[in-house]
Amino acid sequence: MNIKVLGSGCMNCQTLEKRTYTALQELQIDATVEKVQDYQKIASYGIMRTPGLVIDEKVALAGYVPTVEKLKEVLLAHRNA
Amino acid sequence: MMRKLLEKYPVTSTAILFLLWIILYTALQLLADAAVALAGLPQGAHLTEAVRFFVFEVPKVLLLLTLIVFAVGIIRSYFSPERTRKMLGGKKLFAGNVLASLLGVVTPFCSCSAIPLFLGFVESGIPLGVTFSFLIAAPMINEVALVLLFGLFGWKTALLYMSTGLLIAMVSGYIIGILKLEKYVEPWVYETKAGHSELAEEKILFPERISAGFDAVVEIVSKVWIYIVIGIAVGAGIHGYVPENFMAGIMGKGAWWSVPVAVLIGVPMYSNAAGIIPIVQALLEKGASLGTVLAFMMAVIGLSLPETIILKKVLKLPLIFAFVGIVAAGIIIVGYIFNFVYS
Repeated sequence: MNIKVLGSGCMNCQTLEKRTYTALQELQIDATVEKVQDYQKIASYGIMRTPGLVIDEKVALAGYVPTVEKLKEVLLAHRNA
Repeated sequence: MMRKLLEKYPVTSTAILFLLWIILYTALQLLADAAVALAGLPQGAHLTEAVRFFVFEVPKVLLLLTLIVFAVGIIRSYFSPERTRKMLGGKKLFAGNVLASLLGVVTPFCSCSAIPLFLGFVESGIPLGVTFSFLIAAPMINEVALVLLFGLFGWKTALLYMSTGLLIAMVSGYIIGILKLEKYVEPWVYETKAGHSELAEEKILFPERISAGFDAVVEIVSKVWIYIVIGIAVGAGIHGYVPENFMAGIMGKGAWWSVPVAVLIGVPMYSNAAGIIPIVQALLEKGASLGTVLAFMMAVIGLSLPETIILKKVLKLPLIFAFVGIVAAGIIIVGYIFNFVYS
C-alpha cells in the first residue's frame, strides 16, 4: 500500500501523518507513507482542503484530521475493496 | 458515553443539552455574584470589580461560543469549497464578488488551506477579484469574532462588524478584479492542472450534521478557550485599574490619526479574535472610540502577516501590496465612518 499525506506541513498535516502511522501499526498493515508538500501536486489530486490522505493514488479524505479509528476504517475499506 | 448517546439519539440529546445551556446561561449573573460573595471580596474595590467581570464574562463567552460554533458547524456541513467553487463558476464581476464574500463566511476554511483553495478557484476559471473577495471575507468574518463581539459589545456592534466586513470583502475584491492584476500571479498557478476527486459529493444525513456541529465545538473551543480566558483576564485588569478616559487621547475620536495608526499597528499583529476582542472592549470603555477600535480589530483579524506570507507562494509582491493596501484602506474608511456616525 502506498499512502500520501498531502499538506503544506502545518500542524494538521503532522497530526494526520502521526495518526496514519499509528493506525497502520495497530492494523499491522505494511505501507509506505510519503509526505506531499508541493502545492501543484496537491492540486493535481483535486483537493482544495488540507490535510489530505491519498491511498494508492485515490483520495481517501480531505479537509479534516480524522481520528485513528476513522483512519483504520478508511484503511480497511481500501484494503478490502 | 456522551458520544454514544449523541450517536443514538442525536436530536433528543441535542435538545436536552440546549435546555441545560439555557438554564446555565440565565443563571450566570447569579452564579458570578455568588462566587464574588463567597470569595469575601470588599464591595466596590477595583479587585472585586475585576474579578466580578472575569467570573461573569468568561463562562458567558464560552457558553455563547459553544452554541454558535455548534450552529455554524451544522451550517458549514452544507457547504464545501468544492460546492462554493461550483456556485461561483461563470459569475460576473460584482455579482461574483457579492456571492464570494457571503460564501466566504459559511464555507469551511482554514488559512492553512488558502493555497490549495486559491489554486482550485483560479484553475477552474473563477476571476481573481472574486477569489479575493472570498479570501478576504473568510478569515475576517468568523464565528469566534462574532461571538465575542456579540457577547462583549452587543448585537449592534457584531452586526456592524459583519456587514462592514462583508462590504470591504466585496468592494476590495471588485477593485482587485478591475485592476487586472492577473499578471502578478505566479505563472505556475495557471499551469497547474487540478485533478478531480470524487470525494466531494457525499450524501450527509442530518444526525451526521449534528455530529459535525459537536466536532466543530470540540475543535474550536479546545483551541481558543485559553485565549479567551487570557484576553478577558487582561480586559478585566484594564476594566478595574486603568483610569476612565485613559484611551481618549490615543484612540479617541479627537485624534484624527488614530484610525490609520490603529490599522498600521493591527496589520502586522497576529492574534486571533479570541485574544484581542476582550482587550479591545476594555479599551473602548476607557475612552477609545468605536470606529478606531473596529478598525484595529479588523486589521488584526482580517489582515494577518502569516497569511500574507502564505499567499506569497502564489502571488507576486505588487499583488500582495495591492491586496493589503486596498483592504487596509477599506478598513480605515470604515473606521472613520463609525467615528463620524457615533459622535
